[in-house]
Amino acid sequence: MHAPFFKFGAFGDEVGLIWAFVLGIGFGFFLERAGFGSAKKLVSQFYLDDLAVFKVMFTAIVTAMLGTFFLSRAGLLDLALVYRTPTFWVPQVVGGLLLGIGFVVGGYCPGTSVASLATGRLDAAAYVSGIVLGTAGFALAFPALRGLFHAGSLGARSLPEALHLPVGVVVFLVVLMAVGGFVGAQALERRFARIHPERS
Amino acid sequence: MSTTLRSVDQPERVAPSDASAEAHASTRVAQPYMDPYLAGIGLGLVLLAAFVIMGRGLGASGAFTAFIAWLAHLAAPAWAQQNEFLAGYLGDGSSHPLKAWLVFEVLGVAVGAFLSGMLAGRLRTTTERGPRASVRARLIAATLGGALMAWGAHLGRGCTSGQALTGGSLLNLGSWIFMMCVFGGAYAVARFLRWQWR
Repeated sequence: MHAPFFKFGAFGDEVGLIWAFVLGIGFGFFLERAGFGSAKKLVSQFYLDDLAVFKVMFTAIVTAMLGTFFLSRAGLLDLALVYRTPTFWVPQVVGGLLLGIGFVVGGYCPGTSVASLATGRLDAAAYVSGIVLGTAGFALAFPALRGLFHAGSLGARSLPEALHLPVGVVVFLVVLMAVGGFVGAQALERRFARIHPERS
Repeated sequence: MSTTLRSVDQPERVAPSDASAEAHASTRVAQPYMDPYLAGIGLGLVLLAAFVIMGRGLGASGAFTAFIAWLAHLAAPAWAQQNEFLAGYLGDGSSHPLKAWLVFEVLGVAVGAFLSGMLAGRLRTTTERGPRASVRARLIAATLGGALMAWGAHLGRGCTSGQALTGGSLLNLGSWIFMMCVFGGAYAVARFLRWQWR
């Protein structure tokens, strides 16, 4: 059986929606397990006393990256059939900065706000209503934002293509960077606990 | 009643930053969070399963676009069809806008988080904030933050789930650019928002 199963016709759209729900349950479960249903836990990343966001995010990226890399090397997963968001570097720089600012102002990102709302947080309800209002505003303003939205198009480009390096080398570099980041994060947390013992 | 019981049965937690979270605390003690590396492996395996089963990653912000596309289509169908940003979520009109992959996935996120929170005793009706922030200020900031985030995610063609996690593990150039900018933007403004959290 070849993967991605859906792309090889193993099941149709309707069954795909059931998978969406099931995979979403797994996603929400681990977000909440990690503590990402709490705005205070999430923003701690940006005050450097608890770097769980970085640790969870990069462990997840490395896990999924190694999985796709080895499955595709083994000929079990056709990576060309996995959807890649195209690169438009200009709006992605602006959007990334805005999202980062919105993260500290609001306390969540979209996925974590849903997890937080489901566990009863009222500020997450306010955040979700902000997303709805913001999305409506974005749709209304879209004619004016069109130019920015389409600026800096580079197509579905990958990091290995951009760096002119083999995929395996980039995979190795990302693992190296993540492990270095984890060591650094542990050291930062220890240092912070020494300076501010009351907060940990 | 429950709060009285709690203060008798368990020592008060003294950390001032937890004062708001304690206000509606039930008698059950919340379990500690999962080890971040284990939770990360769990998330990564769910993401890998999405690649293998569906040929796509996880997301969140797109579900909100589908919701707005649906509302806009109800209110002003002609305008919604002409709106380049919403048109993609409406398709050819043969299928309901809410019958979308990301909408079902986000519903699952809510159910999964609820289950995890329930099993760990972490369901709390509360407003998360630091000791110096009022509930009102926090709710206003949260709404504003959600709106800012929406613009960021729609400009960036995805959020922390669709770009950073999914695109990051697929080694997408734009996703890594986006992710670096998310951390950059957040660290740049963190000091000005300390009042809300610390």
